[in-house]
Amino acid sequence: MRKALTGAYAAAEAMRQINPDVVAAYPITPQTPIMERFAYFVNNGLVDTELIRVESEHSAMSAVVGASAAGARAMTATSSVGLALMFEVVNVASGLRLPIVMNVVNRALSAPINIHGDHSDSMACRDAGWIQIYSENPQEVYEHTLLAIKLSEDHDILLPSMIMQDGFITSHSVEPVDVLDDEVVKQFVGEFKPKHSLLFDKNPLTVGALELYDYFFETKRQQEEAMNVVKQKYYSYAEELSKLTGNKYPMVEKYFLDDAEVAIVALNSAVSTTKVVVDRLRAEGKKVGLLKIRLFRPFPYEEVQDALKNVKFVGVLDRSFSFGADAPVFAEIKNALYDLEVKPKLQSYIFGLGGRELYERDIENAFNQLLSGDVSKEKRYLNLRE
Amino acid sequence: MKDLIEIRFHGRGGQGAKSAAQILAEAVMLEGKYMQAFPEYGPERTGAPMKAFVRISEKKIRTYQPVVNPDYLVVIDPSLIGFKDLIMEGVTNETVFVLNSKKSADEIKQFLGFDGKVYVIDANDIAIRNIGVNKSNMPMLGALVKVSNLVDINKVIEVFSQHFKNKLSEEVFEGNIKAIWEAYNGVNL
Amino acid sequence: MKKSWKEIPEGGLIVEPHTSLENKTGTWRSFRPVWDPQKCIHCMFCVFYCPDNAIPITKDDKPKRLDTNLDYCKGCGICANVCPTKAIEMVEEGDDQ
Repeated sequence: MRKALTGAYAAAEAMRQINPDVVAAYPITPQTPIMERFAYFVNNGLVDTELIRVESEHSAMSAVVGASAAGARAMTATSSVGLALMFEVVNVASGLRLPIVMNVVNRALSAPINIHGDHSDSMACRDAGWIQIYSENPQEVYEHTLLAIKLSEDHDILLPSMIMQDGFITSHSVEPVDVLDDEVVKQFVGEFKPKHSLLFDKNPLTVGALELYDYFFETKRQQEEAMNVVKQKYYSYAEELSKLTGNKYPMVEKYFLDDAEVAIVALNSAVSTTKVVVDRLRAEGKKVGLLKIRLFRPFPYEEVQDALKNVKFVGVLDRSFSFGADAPVFAEIKNALYDLEVKPKLQSYIFGLGGRELYERDIENAFNQLLSGDVSKEKRYLNLRE
Repeated sequence: MKDLIEIRFHGRGGQGAKSAAQILAEAVMLEGKYMQAFPEYGPERTGAPMKAFVRISEKKIRTYQPVVNPDYLVVIDPSLIGFKDLIMEGVTNETVFVLNSKKSADEIKQFLGFDGKVYVIDANDIAIRNIGVNKSNMPMLGALVKVSNLVDINKVIEVFSQHFKNKLSEEVFEGNIKAIWEAYNGVNL
Repeated sequence: MKKSWKEIPEGGLIVEPHTSLENKTGTWRSFRPVWDPQKCIHCMFCVFYCPDNAIPITKDDKPKRLDTNLDYCKGCGICANVCPTKAIEMVEEGDDQ
């Protein structure tokens, strides 16, 4: 069924159909409409969820960690400094191997205070042991939330997932979203079967015990292995979802890349805008292409290398800094290409911090620089006043 | 029809520009087209000038850049017409204006230094008479639909009803419907 | 032998009961309780107060305490402190133990 939904409402719609046992959340712009909408579903009896109102994001994540350890399917959502405040417990969730699924509406971190979209928040959590999936539009927010449930809850994975969408640009933009039937989603996500549970295990279970140098390292090695399993199992779940939606979910999506001489790499809503520019430049006969990163953790190095191996110049768009170092997406792309004998030349572009507009002309300028072979070791900035 | 139609609404926080944009977009979707509706937020505050945007296309809409050159420009609050720089930003000779004002189209054209198509309707008057308050977003949407023929006005009323029939008192709800029709029929083409 | 990362439950979970039995806290002890059965009236004070359940008892209707299990006794001295008949003396662990 086609519904007019914002990215935020698309996330809430997925949550309604998933019908989690427990949701705990604290409102923060621009995540607020997700929880506002979900609270409406709870209030009207459309879900069976225990909705816990908490006094902070730290508590929100703590509550879903407790619920998940108890054996409940638990979800939450946040944004920006809310995610930052959660950070301690974000690592607890992954360290305890709890399959929590969280929608993150990307917003800049303070200071200066800013309510608009950039990727500083989720990129700051890229090493926190969560699966990270970035969404181009409300449709993908909806579908990625369903996919994340399957990945996270696999007993060989048991890692929490974050699904990203751009603050305001995606979260507050109404678009047509094709929503599956409730019953189809119910079948797809299935009943939650925890591997271990404080409430339902036969034996007493201890969660969160102290581990020092004798076992901690082994436990962390397991988390790394679980990320490897995500890569192994990703496509079986992606294909299962594809059969229902008709859409594809490659870890990286190639757009006019096969014969491209130059390419731009992007994630979230910038992907969509870049596609428009690629279409226009292709119509002018220019061999340009786009690589979209859907799965950022675990990072699909081989897929990226394969997609970009014949491209001469690659521009990487980052909506956040890693101050004093290569920007997060750029660093990964550079890593992925290291093993190639003949490597593409790279250019790092920073854009869109604090919601700064990304115009098609900015992307076109970047493509034209790449087409003329004009790349440098220095970062370049799109739509920044010099 | 162009491949992509872009509309910019100017209003003040609380006047319903965002709702008008969303209702238009949803009505368009009911006719099987693709659409996008999004507000532009500054510091969110009642009374602060704000913008809302709609894109309409037969094809899937992919761009997320702000609307640069609007095909239609709707001003919901008459006092905003005075902010010439704000209103004229990105306007081309082809931009069609639909304005809420007691002034004539010619007076406004002269003030803005604009030579294209300008349609004017006194939506505040329509709103006060039908709804009781100067909530002029829905009559302005009625006028836009008449001028642009972007969508069947009945679809707009259908979507408005879905959203507001249970939220507004019967009097205010019916008043809005009457105001939409009065503006739709009253705008001088 | 400690287990490899492939052999332990994920997330540092402890999925079986009684794992504290493997943790011999007796190695922590610097004072050892010496129990005098002659003075003991088997009031069970020491048994209830012992934070490590390190004092075994007989399974009778009127149970009697047995000698402290030094595998788990941390030497905290609470038993000596609560004993109404001073039947427990804390003795410093020597080099000979």
